[in-house]
Amino acid sequence: MIARWFHRRGWSDLVIGLPYVWLLIFFLIPFLIVVAMSFGTRTSTAPPFGFGGENPAINLAGYARLFSDTLYIRAFVTSLTNAAGAMVLCLLIGYPMALGLTRVDRGWRNILLMLVILPFWTSFLLRVYAWMGLMGSNSWFNKLLTGAWNWLVPQAWDVANVPLMHSNFAVVLVMVYTYLPFMILPLYANLERLDPTLDEAAMDLGSRPFAVFRDVTLPQSIPGIIAGGMLVFIPAAGELVIPTLVGDSSSPMIGRVISDEFSSARDWPMASAVAVALLILMVGPMMIYSRFEARAQARERSE
Amino acid sequence: MTQALVRIEGVSKSFGSFQAVKNVSLQIEKGEIFSLLGGSGCGKTTLLRMLAGFEAPTQGRIFIDGVDMAAVPPWERPVHMMFQSYALFPHMSVEKNVGYGLKHEAMSPADRKARVREMLELVQLTPFATRKPHQISGGQRQRVALARALARQPKLLLLDEPLAALDKKLREHTQFELMSIQERTGVTFIVVTHDQEEAMTLSDRIAVMDQGVVRQVGRPGAVYEFPNSKFVANFLGSINAFEASVTALGDQISVDVPALGQSVQARAVGGLIVGQNVTMALRPEKITIHRTPVEGDNVLAGEIKDLAYFGKDSLYRVALPSGALVSVHAVNAARASDDDRLADWYDKVWLSFDPSSVLLLTD
Ligand SMILES: Nc1ncnc2c1ncn2[C@@H]1O[C@H](COP(=O)(O)OP(=O)(O)OP(=O)(O)O)[C@@H](O)[C@H]1O
Ligand SMILES: [Mg+2]
Repeated sequence: MIARWFHRRGWSDLVIGLPYVWLLIFFLIPFLIVVAMSFGTRTSTAPPFGFGGENPAINLAGYARLFSDTLYIRAFVTSLTNAAGAMVLCLLIGYPMALGLTRVDRGWRNILLMLVILPFWTSFLLRVYAWMGLMGSNSWFNKLLTGAWNWLVPQAWDVANVPLMHSNFAVVLVMVYTYLPFMILPLYANLERLDPTLDEAAMDLGSRPFAVFRDVTLPQSIPGIIAGGMLVFIPAAGELVIPTLVGDSSSPMIGRVISDEFSSARDWPMASAVAVALLILMVGPMMIYSRFEARAQARERSE
Repeated sequence: MTQALVRIEGVSKSFGSFQAVKNVSLQIEKGEIFSLLGGSGCGKTTLLRMLAGFEAPTQGRIFIDGVDMAAVPPWERPVHMMFQSYALFPHMSVEKNVGYGLKHEAMSPADRKARVREMLELVQLTPFATRKPHQISGGQRQRVALARALARQPKLLLLDEPLAALDKKLREHTQFELMSIQERTGVTFIVVTHDQEEAMTLSDRIAVMDQGVVRQVGRPGAVYEFPNSKFVANFLGSINAFEASVTALGDQISVDVPALGQSVQARAVGGLIVGQNVTMALRPEKITIHRTPVEGDNVLAGEIKDLAYFGKDSLYRVALPSGALVSVHAVNAARASDDDRLADWYDKVWLSFDPSSVLLLTD
């Protein structure tokens, strides 16, 4: 009896159930704790927050401050624009690379795919430090750029060095470098499945190569673009290390704000409120999109 | 005489060291249905892809409507192709698929719409206009592909095994549909197939291909009745073939056929000399079975070894005293029960055939 259950439904239940259990224990429960904390009040006890007693049972002060203190709004705007910039650049760089990967022959393809994921084999921090070295004002790279700039522009605009470090540009640059494989791999997986005879069919019907791309390849790769875009945008928006090391400390990103609130300010309720707001900002559009997608599919089926 | 629409002159195609198409020369007239018939891997698709412009010939030239196609890219050729897999755009509705090629045509949106509607009517798919390709059946997809390829009024339509994915009944139906569409549109069709019956039904002319070489070109009847080689004779229908040597020329040619243990009279053809080795070939349906001895030339006595009853006709295998087997195809014209049919297992029978039915093949 049990053996039979295990043979038929058991396995599929287990396989489907395990990720849910995982998500429940390691995502949903911690998240609920964070949500609860965001309604708490900062105290000098340990842990540094409390509910009730002399404090209100539900304290919305943290959420109120999100809107009253421009620090938070600016941090959100910086994070979202930096992440969006990184995502768009990753798409512009990654799409041709992914498309190119599908057009080279098998042997080369594996080598090139290896090269795409090769950077993961060295420490992430090490690679960010390498960028810091490159961008610093005394590096050969910076000197080269400075020389090129001074040579190109009129003398009045000459600079001693190009201010690369500690800017949003540096953050976006390093994020593009770091997250590019997350764009390329899902795009490649998507593009690789497309039927090349469809391109020939479009060409046969009078389309030049660019029109073939626009009408046939691009529309069919939208799922890949969305997957890659989310894989870049979501971690980039919450990125902590890169803006801390190469970013402009006067306009912090939201990850930095959360970290500061938790550690140096020891304001856990505020940190939690920021984290919850970030999650809503990320998940909201995703849910709207998937709702929209499901509706489009349902409409298609009913037609 | 009008100029041929398609002229293929000495075209060869190699992939690396492998020669897929060897020195093919063909002329295809305007308005004809021309079939490329041949076994798997003989280069039919490769030849078609060269006409569409997806492959460049390694050697030789292709002219369409008098224009050398060497430097003309696929999107500028007056040729459309219906792909073996149909290659419908999965993200576009039936309507959009059919109208895709018209985007490149200078015509008003209203005209474009009207043209799409006309094409959908032609293939009877008007009710399915807004569906996506995955929401229609295989046969309907095939018709969408046809409508899409015809929408821009190409001079030449290439069809790569257009009916291969359909079941037998639908295939027969679609064959006639294709022919009637071709008649109404006047477009020249080149149809690739490996189904000889399909080629015979559809085509005005057939080219039989073998390992990259065109073995024979002609009307279906001519290729069937006057094959120029054993390969063609075998490929189109079945045939009894025996080694023979010419013994006498004259009004009729006599050949000695060791496997039959006798000589056979054939209608005179040119180009043979006494003593030459030939293949004596005879289609099974050209042989008559008799239950009583008959007099004359070209009579063989034997015994029924095997018999297959198909309903409207039967196939007999007759063993001769020499041990050779001859296939005979006979129509079951009269209704017969099991015990009074034309011939039965182990019956002694006599076979006769006309000298004009005998083929003498040198290749
Ligand atoms: N791109 C290619 N590279 C190498 N060899 C190829 C290529 N395309 C075709 N060939 C070879 O050329 C030969 C002819 O192929 P083709 O596709 O023209 O055959 P076909 O007559 O259409 O066969 P089928 O009836 O199976 O479709 C085959 O042996 C095939 O392996
Ligand atoms: Mg083929």
